Amino acid sequence: MSQLSLYQETVQSRFLLGTARYPSPASLEKAVKISDCDIVTVSLRRERLSFSNNSERPGQSFWSLIQKIGVKVLPNTAGCFSVQEAVTTAHMARELMGTSWIKLEVIGDEHSLHPDVFGLVEAARILTEDGFSVFPYTTTDLGVAERLLQVGCQVLMPWASPIGSGQGLSDVAALEAMRASFPNIPLIVDAGIGRPSQAAEAMEMGFDAVLLNTAVARSGNPIQMALAFSKAIESGHLAYQADCMEPYKGGMASSPIIGKACLG
Amino acid sequence: MTILHVNGETRPLSPTLTELLKELGLGDAVVATALNGHFVAADERDAATLRSGDAIEILAPLQGG
Repeated sequence: MSQLSLYQETVQSRFLLGTARYPSPASLEKAVKISDCDIVTVSLRRERLSFSNNSERPGQSFWSLIQKIGVKVLPNTAGCFSVQEAVTTAHMARELMGTSWIKLEVIGDEHSLHPDVFGLVEAARILTEDGFSVFPYTTTDLGVAERLLQVGCQVLMPWASPIGSGQGLSDVAALEAMRASFPNIPLIVDAGIGRPSQAAEAMEMGFDAVLLNTAVARSGNPIQMALAFSKAIESGHLAYQADCMEPYKGGMASSPIIGKACLG
Repeated sequence: MTILHVNGETRPLSPTLTELLKELGLGDAVVATALNGHFVAADERDAATLRSGDAIEILAPLQGG
């Protein structure tokens, strides 16, 4: 597969995997490894104060696990509803994890987790000026996409459908329009993917990568599902590069007519 | 009453953010701090004087999507 470049960094895998909601740390580790992904997403949350031993604290043990796995980390601002919250979280993430990459979420609606696109553009502007490499979680709105690029984003992450919903590509035409409008910008479909076939479809449409979490973590077998998604994403990308045939109305014999025996 | 709000819990007042982290056993932990909604970098914690009623967030990397 061809390599993907995100903010001047080359990655081999086009599968970005979330680290939440797995049955156990061991299943998370195995899922990440079998997926062969290069990048995992991580959140920032309150550290537990009630332990005296650091290794027992959830954040410290989780960070040890991520470092042991040895993949690149993309911190997120999940759960932030304001520009200030998102910007403060990004600064904390940069210091904590030693990366200027940030998956920027500014949520506008607590039920659908629809992005607040106005806050998103403003936070992206502030963070880009502060030296961050912003991966904005956005919609398929072309005007918003253009504004995000204008304020300095070099990658866009449109949703397929609401976070954690597993509804798949809810607006294929809008995704196609986005791909066509920004042919040279890395576009990562983020959120809403439920099945490997949906991830493959996004990749066949020419998207550069897929980011997902729940579809793997909450499946019956996260490790096997991570492998299934890995193969689907690779397959979809290979198909896109190979240029899929156009649909044809009606049937067209694939076996030649010439040389057909006269037997009846 | 002299108290701090640390990760949503009530705590006795500490003089600085550095002192607070030490008292919590988090002096060497992988954490980032915010004071009243504003990021405080690790090298600014000594100078971050705390006052009664301050809200402190001590965050760590955790599972996320």
